Amino acid sequence: MYKATFPGRFKSLAEISEFVSRAINEIGFDETTAYTILVAVDEACTNIIEHAYGGEGRGDIQCSCDVSEDSVTIILRDRGKPFDPSTVPEPNFSVPLQELDLCGAGLVLIQKIMDETSFVSTPDGENVLTMIKRK
Amino acid sequence: MDITTKQFRRCDLVKAVGRIDSQTAPEVRDAFEALTNDGRFRLVFDMSEVTFISSVGVWVLLETQKACKRYNRGDLVIANVNEKIKHTLDLAGLLSFFRIYDDVLEAVGSF
Repeated sequence: MYKATFPGRFKSLAEISEFVSRAINEIGFDETTAYTILVAVDEACTNIIEHAYGGEGRGDIQCSCDVSEDSVTIILRDRGKPFDPSTVPEPNFSVPLQELDLCGAGLVLIQKIMDETSFVSTPDGENVLTMIKRK
Repeated sequence: MDITTKQFRRCDLVKAVGRIDSQTAPEVRDAFEALTNDGRFRLVFDMSEVTFISSVGVWVLLETQKACKRYNRGDLVIANVNEKIKHTLDLAGLLSFFRIYDDVLEAVGSF
């Protein structure tokens, strides 16, 4: 089990990526899958900083990676605003370029990349995002 | 992040090196905005040394593309994008908004 806590700042994104990269290298995902997992983690952490905390430097992100023979479970915890994925609009890419809005696209991308994604806000104020990717 | 721009007769080339995420995307946006604010809308983005791009980075490219294509005044084309990034853009449903070239010469020559 890999576990570390990072300040909720954009500067931490590269460090979180390296941290997760070390864990998923153990499993031997193909290069493209490993890359997409890092995209999903970056997306999730950016959302925590921007939306849960409402900006940089307002709280930490705890990241843990549980590696098994054929899957990785990545858990991100924060103590920001609770997140309800059902309130996020579905992005529409079938519009002319000038009308394109990426709102909601990150969440859809995370769900496309990972095999399982769940968001839980605990009564003691912790948000727990669990993402599983199988080989 | 290391970003260079080079002016050609018919277009401008922008090259970034490293990781484009929420920390570095504003630098990329500034580089593109410097060109579009100067009325230069035919752009090539050389991604040969971009190792990672998050959706925040992709949004910068899309906003730049919007500025370029408005009034049909130009285009942002991408050169040398690696397969991992291409796959992710495809997965995100955003690949179709860009012309992609295998090398810079071809991309520059497209204008």
